[in-house]
Amino acid sequence: MREDRALKNIHWEARLYAVRISFAVLILLLMLSALILRYYDLQISRHGDFATLADNNRIQIRAVPPARGLIFDRNGVLLADNRAGFTLSVVIEKSTKIDELLNKIDRLIDLDDSELESFNRLAEQRPPYEAVPLRYKLNEKEQSILAVNQHRLEGIEVSARLIRDYPLGEQLSHVVGYTGRINQRELEKLDPRQYRGVHTMGKTGLEKFYEKTLLGEVGYERVETNARGRVMRVLERIDPVPGEALHLYLDSRIQEIAVNALGEERGAVVAIEADTGGVLALASTPSFDPNPFVTGISYADYAALTESPDRPLFDRALRGQYPPGSTMKPFFGLAALASKAISPGYEIYDPGFYQLDNDDHKYRDWKRGGHGSRIDIYKAIEQSCDTFFYTIGFMAGIDELYRYGDLFGFGRASGIDLPAEASGNMPSREWKRGTRGLAWYPGDTINVSIGQGFMLATPLQLAVATSRLATRGRVQTPRLVMTAENGEQIDGNRTNSETAGLLISEPLISEPLITEPLITEPLIIDNNIQIDSAYWDVITSAMIGVVHNVRGTASRAIKDLGYKMAGKTGTAQVVGIKQDEKYDASKMTKLQLDHALFIAFAPADNPRIAVAVIVENGEHGSSTAAPVARQVIDAYLNYYPVAATRPSPILEPAESG
Amino acid sequence: MAEFDRQLKDHGSTIYGRGGRWIGLRVDYTLLLLILLLMVTGLIILYSASGQQFAYVKRQATFMVVGLIAMLIVAQVPPRFLERWAFLLYGGGLVLLVGVIFFGSGAKGAQRWLDLGSFRFQPSELLKIGVPLMLASYLGKRVLPPGFGHVMSALMMIVVPAMMIGMQPDLGTALLIFAAGSFVLFLSGLRKSYMFGALLVALTSAPLFWFYLLRDYQKLRILTLLDPQSDKLGAGWNIIQSTTAIGSGGFTGKGWLQGTQSQLDFLPESHTDFIIAVLAEEYGFVGVVLLLVLYLATIFRGVFISLRAQSMFGRLLAGSITLTFFVYIFVNLGMVSGMLPVVGVPLPMVSYGGTAIVTLLLGFGMLMAIGTEEKRMGL
Repeated sequence: MREDRALKNIHWEARLYAVRISFAVLILLLMLSALILRYYDLQISRHGDFATLADNNRIQIRAVPPARGLIFDRNGVLLADNRAGFTLSVVIEKSTKIDELLNKIDRLIDLDDSELESFNRLAEQRPPYEAVPLRYKLNEKEQSILAVNQHRLEGIEVSARLIRDYPLGEQLSHVVGYTGRINQRELEKLDPRQYRGVHTMGKTGLEKFYEKTLLGEVGYERVETNARGRVMRVLERIDPVPGEALHLYLDSRIQEIAVNALGEERGAVVAIEADTGGVLALASTPSFDPNPFVTGISYADYAALTESPDRPLFDRALRGQYPPGSTMKPFFGLAALASKAISPGYEIYDPGFYQLDNDDHKYRDWKRGGHGSRIDIYKAIEQSCDTFFYTIGFMAGIDELYRYGDLFGFGRASGIDLPAEASGNMPSREWKRGTRGLAWYPGDTINVSIGQGFMLATPLQLAVATSRLATRGRVQTPRLVMTAENGEQIDGNRTNSETAGLLISEPLISEPLITEPLITEPLIIDNNIQIDSAYWDVITSAMIGVVHNVRGTASRAIKDLGYKMAGKTGTAQVVGIKQDEKYDASKMTKLQLDHALFIAFAPADNPRIAVAVIVENGEHGSSTAAPVARQVIDAYLNYYPVAATRPSPILEPAESG
Repeated sequence: MAEFDRQLKDHGSTIYGRGGRWIGLRVDYTLLLLILLLMVTGLIILYSASGQQFAYVKRQATFMVVGLIAMLIVAQVPPRFLERWAFLLYGGGLVLLVGVIFFGSGAKGAQRWLDLGSFRFQPSELLKIGVPLMLASYLGKRVLPPGFGHVMSALMMIVVPAMMIGMQPDLGTALLIFAAGSFVLFLSGLRKSYMFGALLVALTSAPLFWFYLLRDYQKLRILTLLDPQSDKLGAGWNIIQSTTAIGSGGFTGKGWLQGTQSQLDFLPESHTDFIIAVLAEEYGFVGVVLLLVLYLATIFRGVFISLRAQSMFGRLLAGSITLTFFVYIFVNLGMVSGMLPVVGVPLPMVSYGGTAIVTLLLGFGMLMAIGTEEKRMGL
């Protein structure tokens, strides 16, 4: 060490240092220049790109779902409502351990099995990254528990959503239907632009039929979010256009009366306003509560509904196909008259059966021993004489029966504004050849002429046909919806659509969403049924006799009417009766008993309402079905004592040529 | 200890002047002013970068005050005293580093800390000063340029702690310590042949380094540098977000507290290592250049002090401290802008973090001590 120090040349070393530090500073300045160049490149040359990147980072475009259109009855009673509810949902992709998360949630707010099961089911059929609802309608306590624990529940979302609600529950579930979560299969068919942010759609009933009208238009929001996706502020908003509200012809009071009148029975009631073709009531019992379907019904509850022997999910009014039985007699009587097969004065003797020439087979009347002599069309309808109708049905022939049956709407879908309507069957020669490959036998005609055999009709078809009878041939398509109205002015809210197009890669739909014209065809069709008014008179007075004459089949069931009603009872066989067997109710189980039917319109001289009722296994149309129809008609005439003028402003007055 | 006392007394006479009269503290006012300017800038940006939490600013300011006091104290210590006792600091640092291996506690998979009750201490910080101090003290005494034996000894003094820290693993600090030591060697007039030799060794051992010494995450950082998009949400995220923040700042920036990348949490580590991205976003290119000017002025002042130093020890130490200061800046700005791999190097005086500030200020204290040393008489 001493040596080193001795040899040190201080000044030379200082110069050496100066050279070295100068060189270092030179390098340093070069490196600094490189840094400045780098920042110049990022901040000046490529500023535009990075500015865009930064904006893309923070600005998200979110869909704002529209409020679904409400559904009201004709008096403004709310049938389908939207209720705000806080929904707890989970984005499965955001949670690393989903089972653990569900356990934690369970400990906090106590999930029940049906919720977990529904969650798992929804989780399977949802698009990726979509929040899967776990609990709807969180109460305040649950909300605060979740809020406090949010940090350790990664992946949960609590959002305010509008949840469809059906205040009248099962009374209208077959009419209004319900909405449910959009499943994967439906998603593939939908236009995703129209459903951004929308999680539910109409599954049945009006909700399904008027889906496009009720849906509304999705709005958009440009929001600034932080890195964790939390919205910091809304930069721009295009409001959603709420779906249009539907106003029905249906009167919920009459519906309630119809449902209550059916009581515990399985059956259906359809009431049509003669003047408008509007459906006043459309009941099918037993029914079900549609509300659980909105949020996802549990397997157990769903199984209970599907496995119930009473089939509550089955809409008997629209899809129940029954042999119409004797309720066909007014229509076929009219057919025989109009086709000139018989005259109004035609009479027969009824021994209690009918036989075709060269055939031993006896077509029996329901009344053993027959109705006796001098049975004309009035008595035949009043007393529901089968033999008379066997006779005149054969005389008119199947072609005429089919022609008139078809005119009254049998065998074809009525075109009501509900999905999945059954079309029944109005048999014809072509039909039998086409479906069975067999020729038409005279015996087939005999069966059809009392509404049995191959003949099938839905309660709705019966009501429609009765309405045509009541209006003397006016052909109207039955309608549930009177008007659809937009909650807001469509045009007022569309001013932003140009800007929206710029913001979103896919252009917004610039035309209104209503693609489904509310009334596809005029309610009144030109080709009304043309029949001599004298024949209408015959049938009408015969049907008045059914209710008001002492021997009329419904006279005992319907008493003390303050108005005149025209009706016809019917009984449809469930179990075939052998040639020489007697129908014996005491030997049958309830499910083998005949179905009871009744059709009616009133007031008979100025018909305003037409009703069809079926009570499954109700045995006699007179005793079980007729009182139901009466209550409905009573209610309507009571609520609407003066003939309603067509209430809808959008429809032309019901004038026929 | 006798030597210790004598040197202190010697120095004492210069402080109190002839007749023991108070003539004031040894302070380099130019350097102090620059440091204060940097601190104020740092605090303003920290407020924005921390999501406008004043608590961070307060804590950082407290550390700054502590650091300033430490700096002023160190500034009063005569350089000859530092030179004499450098080995104590260095040796102590090494012992503590070994201690970390056995008793250390860690965070995020790295073991860097010594837990001393309520106080946690990073021995590697001590060596940031210890290594250049030791080398300056060792080489300052030698005939320069140093001979082969001395160069090798000096290299050992650098490599041993650098390796230990690098294996903690704390690549950033290891590099800084390696740089600080190497600067002393370079400034001491290391022969060109040695430098080329070292370069050759470095190049040939690079693959060795890659395959045996670097950990996977360190490799990933280097690979991410080459292609940040390859791991968008992982390692690449930081770089993508920081370059986006910098680039979107443009020429004049978005304004204080207006940086969307910074304020909306897209920028990770925004108040620590990545704080320059906040400044770049909110103050733009202008802000970056102004900060660099401030840094450059500080560096020039450091170089000036080193040139005026009274001893080779002083020159070497001052030069190394100054150049290391620049390395901080270069590596930090380079990594945040995607030029260099992400190694944990904070932005001096601006990034949040108490230890780093205090260490830096201790270094500046030494600079001041060197800058205010009187002429050594008789040497």
